[in-house]
Amino acid sequence: MRPILLQGHERALTQVKFSKEGDLIFSVSKDHIICAWYSANGERFGAYKAHQGALWTVDVDPTTTLLASGGADNTIRLWEVKTGKLLKTWEYGTAIKRVEFSEDGRQLLGVTEKRAGQLSTIIVYDINQDPEGQQPNEHSLRIVVDDIPKVTVAGFSYLTKYIISGHEDGSVTQYDAKTGEELKHTYPHEEGSLVTDLQWSSDRTYFITASKDKTAKLIDATTLDVLKTYVTDTPLNSAAITPEPTNYVILGGGQAAMDVTTTSARQGKFEARFYHKIFEEEVGRVRGHFGPLNYVAVDPTGKCYCSGGEDGYVRVHHFDPPYFDFKFEVEREQERR
Amino acid sequence: MAPSFEQLDPETEYEDDEEIDFSDLREQFETNMEEGLDTFIVIDGLPKVPAANKEKLVKFLLRSLTKVGKTKEENVYMPMGDDGVSEGFAFVEYETPAQAAAAVKALHATPLDKKHTMAVNKLTDIERYGREGRIDENYNPPEIPAFEEKEHLRWWLGDAEGRDQFVMYRGDNVGVYWNERDGQPEPIVDRQHWTESFVQWSPKGTYLTSMHNQGVQLWGGQNWSRQKRFMHPGVNLVDFSPDERFLTTWSHKPMEISEGNPVLSLEEDGKNYIIWDIATAKPLRSFVTLDAPGPTLDPEGNPVKKKIQWPAFKWSADAKYVARMNYKQGISVYELPSMRLMDKASVKIEGIEDFEWCPSNPQREGKRDYEQLFCYWTPEMGSNPAKVGLMSIPSKEIVRTRNLFNVSDAKLHWQSESAFVCVKVDRHSKSKKSHATNLEIFRVKEKGVPVEVVDDIKETVVNFAWEPKGDRFVLITAGEAVAGAAVGPKTSVAFFCPEKAKGNAVGNFKHIRTVDKKNNNAIHWSPNGRFVVVATVLNQQSFDLDFYDFDFEGEKEEKDKDLTANLQLMATADHYGLTDIEWDPSGRFVATSASVWKHRMENGYHLYSFSGQLLREEPIEQFKQWAWRPRPERLLSKEEMKNVRKNLREYSRQFEEADLAKRSSADKAVIEARRRQLDEWLAWRERVQADLAEERHDLGLPDLSDEQRALVVDDDGDESKVVEEIFEEILEESEEVIE
Repeated sequence: MRPILLQGHERALTQVKFSKEGDLIFSVSKDHIICAWYSANGERFGAYKAHQGALWTVDVDPTTTLLASGGADNTIRLWEVKTGKLLKTWEYGTAIKRVEFSEDGRQLLGVTEKRAGQLSTIIVYDINQDPEGQQPNEHSLRIVVDDIPKVTVAGFSYLTKYIISGHEDGSVTQYDAKTGEELKHTYPHEEGSLVTDLQWSSDRTYFITASKDKTAKLIDATTLDVLKTYVTDTPLNSAAITPEPTNYVILGGGQAAMDVTTTSARQGKFEARFYHKIFEEEVGRVRGHFGPLNYVAVDPTGKCYCSGGEDGYVRVHHFDPPYFDFKFEVEREQERR
Repeated sequence: MAPSFEQLDPETEYEDDEEIDFSDLREQFETNMEEGLDTFIVIDGLPKVPAANKEKLVKFLLRSLTKVGKTKEENVYMPMGDDGVSEGFAFVEYETPAQAAAAVKALHATPLDKKHTMAVNKLTDIERYGREGRIDENYNPPEIPAFEEKEHLRWWLGDAEGRDQFVMYRGDNVGVYWNERDGQPEPIVDRQHWTESFVQWSPKGTYLTSMHNQGVQLWGGQNWSRQKRFMHPGVNLVDFSPDERFLTTWSHKPMEISEGNPVLSLEEDGKNYIIWDIATAKPLRSFVTLDAPGPTLDPEGNPVKKKIQWPAFKWSADAKYVARMNYKQGISVYELPSMRLMDKASVKIEGIEDFEWCPSNPQREGKRDYEQLFCYWTPEMGSNPAKVGLMSIPSKEIVRTRNLFNVSDAKLHWQSESAFVCVKVDRHSKSKKSHATNLEIFRVKEKGVPVEVVDDIKETVVNFAWEPKGDRFVLITAGEAVAGAAVGPKTSVAFFCPEKAKGNAVGNFKHIRTVDKKNNNAIHWSPNGRFVVVATVLNQQSFDLDFYDFDFEGEKEEKDKDLTANLQLMATADHYGLTDIEWDPSGRFVATSASVWKHRMENGYHLYSFSGQLLREEPIEQFKQWAWRPRPERLLSKEEMKNVRKNLREYSRQFEEADLAKRSSADKAVIEARRRQLDEWLAWRERVQADLAEERHDLGLPDLSDEQRALVVDDDGDESKVVEEIFEEILEESEEVIE
């Protein structure tokens, strides 16, 4: 099917997210605005304006009632999805690189950047799920990351049991989500290669990390064992896991604009790459962006995916029937059994 | 002990090995010079003459002594015995130790007459080896070490599947692989810092050459052990003789050799070239670079960077001779293995611009004796026309010459079997405004060496290539360059073949077809002929490859019915950033590569079948070099080859079966691996899901998390979702002008 091009942002996209029912897409960009779109036809549903700086991150709670966002204006903001009302603003000393709701929507985490004497932290709030209700001023947990290089991404595991974070040096850490105690610390990626993204499987028992070392890794949330490795030829900015029954991962990235010596699109490898989740083999590529892909997200219902690029566009691709039909011979064999 | 890869400790030991260890040689050749005596040589084996004849003999000796260095009569001392007859030896003093060393090298063991042979040694050597006590009174037979089985240097030819090897240099690593038609190449050996600049195969593939600041090393055998090493400080380039017996090394900077060097002597000091005997790893002779004369400064006063002619020392096909051109003056032909100048004089060819040996032993009609040929050309000089000549060696007889007019440049192209030599002559009109190219094709094997001229080419020919072992050729012409344009002129590719002729004769060369409006600049023939790749390399805008077949088995066009070719474009491919193209020695594959030496974009290689089907592409960071391992010439006789061709169907059936078996076993392995992966995955998922369900149950939570529940569509409610979409369509547009 023809991709839908969402042209609402004026600058590079930084994150795109589907609502948990898959009907809405939220996108944030460096142009300070959050946009919401219908995933079915690409029509704009609304915009959330109040941020004073480039936005880095956005997330929506499981009931699509609350929306959280964070950016370079050093704030996390909480919005009501339906009305666009700004419910709460938390302020910090540095930019917010990542926000994420827990699977039950009762908790929200934020990652602050390490800069100018400020340490990188992960902060957790207990969220009042009633949009009319009062939101807490104080965090319920604060993890200061001191002895490990700065946090770039983080998220809640299944049952909000762990907080998993990815770091600048290619390492991944597991914290107890209740106490903030560091449980495990591993180096799935090449040392020194920034972990650029961390996205969950639908039950949050495993996750995928993308890194500048040109690989993405599928990792067990409990043991932090690397389950699968996907090797590409370009630095990766994002990786997403398609919901079952399909077994794919989608990887996005491309040569950073400053490293690209020519402007030709083929040079930069600005393609979304599909790999088979279990066999680690590349099965397809989708072209279209003319800048690196900064984020890829999959519709939780599995009908489509979207990508946000450095070129300022969000592209929504609805999957065609062959995508659902394609199976490796051994998979068919397994089904017959 | 040369390290095999298994023995290498990756960190430490190999580091040590990088410093070539010459200590064993140093011990063997250790010299301890006694001050001041190293300009002296001792000549033994002279005739014993009475005092009256002494002066005559000294004069006679001086004639050869002064050829290699400076000395004079007073410096030759010939002691006389008590009986008034000379003792049969003499002492000679030279000006410098280097001259003395050269004299020893040049004159030792040269015959004076039938009875007398000179034995020339350095005085210091006589002192050192011959002093009292140094020589044992009793004869001890030299110890002959027990025979040691060396590694088989041609082991790779015994591969059951007949695969070819290639070497790949990327990053700091050099690796050798078996090429596979399907699937990844199979690694054989991989070493870090194996070379310092590049790697090179010897012409028959026996050795892999690695380049180091201290010299050159040759590797081979199944363990890739070091076979030979050649010390040449600052070496830049190497060249092998076609039979792998000799090696030329060259360094841009003249060597600085101090006395006491274990391998090289003072004679090599200040030289750029060394010609080596590979079997003994000893230098045969060294030379300095001859600079082509001309202005050394450009009009702005900057030094002109001169391109060196490489190889400057060109080998005859059988490596009996090696020759170097003395620009504008002549050619020095040296005989091997003595490296003496043939007939003690260079061949004078006034004005010579270039020469080229025939690449295989020539078979001229009516010529029974041994000969080698080279082709040369000289430009117009005064009222004399430009000339192209063929000279026979060792007779120095000029076999054929041809006069040419209005020549601006010429290039010599031999066909691989020395049947033809094509001289590509770039000519200018009298006004020197327009340019055109003629091809003068010498039919070397035919009686009287007739010359055929192909002169209907209107543009300048930028590239030309003969079909190996064949009689067809491809050339590329370029139009006039537009001054100031960013892109070069478009090029055309023209194909030629001989007309059909009676018997075994080769008919006149005829133009088959020209393909216009291309950017191509490179022609790469399959080593067995018939197939050719015409490509654009080192170009920013285009990077296409065209695969042609000269003997297409389909229908032939009516106009081509008299030609010995049926040309067909088989496939076209693109390889972005293409810098190099190389056919494998069997002519089955073409490897194209983009090297980081030339640019930094999409480095890596592509592998195509001979027909242009892309088999594999691999982007590799820091990719530097790809080189197929050459094969020695076939050992099959003509008869046997004919037989193979006759039974090709039977052979190909066998091979296809083997391929099929291999592929299906490979497929099986892949499927097996996938099956295992899938089973492991499903088992893991089952366990994790069970654990999760149990944990949720213990916590009193529903089975699904809130976000997963969001996906569950209520089945009972039959309210269907209505998505309202508004389409806007412009039916009409009108414009009104209001005044």
